[in-house]
Amino acid sequence: MKEKIKIASGQGFWGDLIEAPYWQVINGDVDYLVMDYLAEVTMSILQKQKNKNPKLGYAKDIPELMRRILPVCKEKNIKVITNGGGVNPIACAEAVLEVSKNIGIKDLKIGVVLGDNILDNVETIISSGCELNNMESNESINIIKDKLLSANVYFGAEPIVDALKLGADIVITGRTTDTGLTLAPMIYEFNWDMDNYDLMSLGTIAGHILECGAQSTGGNFLGNWESVENFAQIGFPIAEAYPNGDVIITKHKNLGGKVSFDTVAEQLLYEIGNPKDYITPDCVADFSSVELEDLGDNRVLMKNVKGFPPTKFYKVSCSYFYGYSAVGSLTYSWPKALTKAKRADQILRERLKNLGLTFEEIRTEFVGLNSCHGPLVKIPNEDEINEIMLRVAVRSKDYNSVERFGREIAPLILTGPPSVTGFAGGRPKPAEVVAYWPALIPKVLVKPEVKILS
Amino acid sequence: MKIKLIDIAHGRSGDKGDSANVGIIAYNKEGYEIIKKYLTAEKVKSYFEGICLGEVERFELPNLLALNFILHNTLGGGGTISLKLDAQGKTLAAALLRMELVVNQ
Repeated sequence: MKEKIKIASGQGFWGDLIEAPYWQVINGDVDYLVMDYLAEVTMSILQKQKNKNPKLGYAKDIPELMRRILPVCKEKNIKVITNGGGVNPIACAEAVLEVSKNIGIKDLKIGVVLGDNILDNVETIISSGCELNNMESNESINIIKDKLLSANVYFGAEPIVDALKLGADIVITGRTTDTGLTLAPMIYEFNWDMDNYDLMSLGTIAGHILECGAQSTGGNFLGNWESVENFAQIGFPIAEAYPNGDVIITKHKNLGGKVSFDTVAEQLLYEIGNPKDYITPDCVADFSSVELEDLGDNRVLMKNVKGFPPTKFYKVSCSYFYGYSAVGSLTYSWPKALTKAKRADQILRERLKNLGLTFEEIRTEFVGLNSCHGPLVKIPNEDEINEIMLRVAVRSKDYNSVERFGREIAPLILTGPPSVTGFAGGRPKPAEVVAYWPALIPKVLVKPEVKILS
Repeated sequence: MKIKLIDIAHGRSGDKGDSANVGIIAYNKEGYEIIKKYLTAEKVKSYFEGICLGEVERFELPNLLALNFILHNTLGGGGTISLKLDAQGKTLAAALLRMELVVNQ
């Protein structure tokens, strides 16, 4: 057994810093590179791409990234784990194999985790008695069943561990929990018993620290952010894990960023609910138990995590077509910038009403004044305001209303208050609104499947 | 005595559906005792009047010198439905840090 392993985070979401995973593998020794590509909406986007072309439906950045990092990974024996397979992990693996062939890398084994995509089985699942009720509203999925765009089960670390046991150099999954990507190599390398819930929770919490990339190493740090050095080449987090369950969060020395009690604590609190009840397929982790110790030199030790058995359910993430939205903006300058923007908003709303358009919501914000903090903002003396961006957003089930809204913004320039600018982007186009439907499914109804491609 | 929250704490916020989570972390133990005593769920709820339209839940994490608040019905429908510029509540931690606490010495 290895005395320790280093797991490097390479991506916090699809669209994150493209250089980051490359930096992680070239700037020091790591054993694993883990990359989270999937947000809730991402699955529906990928599903649409797959519907148009059955060879797509995964994070398209992956093959190009692999072309860059595979030679280094092969040389240094770094394994890669990612959920960027999206709704088509097989196609993703095939694309990576193609790339590896082109650059002369042989004997590559890719483990693919399948079985999370239940879009085609929803009827069967409902008829077996699982209503896939919305976890928040408790409504039955029947009301949106015809509009479903994607439906995926969140698997945990287990199928990734299985793929590693089968000798995979790369593991590509569909909808796996972000935390499972980091927990899996710890289980695999240290032979951790998956019934040891304290260890499962430790690895899960380490995964939570890694899953948003540089958000634990100084990015988006609301503490003393100006003390963070070299944002331009910010180092993504690395979890240095030990068999006894100690984990040190750190980063490569020669990259920028900062790892301290404060930067790690902020990420621990990110998007959590009840800290004693962080539910994953692998365990229920208690975030209020973890002990953090700042060791200095960009190293933070975490230990003594308490955990509990997982529930009998997997979470299901569904997305469905909801309607349309559009956002338009214009900028008004001094004098009386705010008064002008408010007047333009009134005129716009009157015109939309006169046209008989229907909207679920029309939302007006004044960017530069109060779009972030709304009613909490003390409005300054108007003479001190140099400019205001009027931002109006609409949402409707009716495409034509949203489309017409887009044609009512530019006319305000010549038919409303003066000293207005900022319409270079053209008419706002209606965007499809895809809504999210969280549900639970008994674990006995779905089974992850692991395939090895080589 | 008045204390500006931003002088004794930092934090991070994000979304959970239509709810926002706002984590507030004290810089030291004294600061944690102050936020634990004075930064109540009721105070946060009334502070975010007009933004948070639902209940506010509070959880304690003494290990991180932190409190976690869940602000229900806050993000204009949440996720992709929300029309807000800050649809994910990313700036709400900063908003809360602007609060002043009246502290008995």
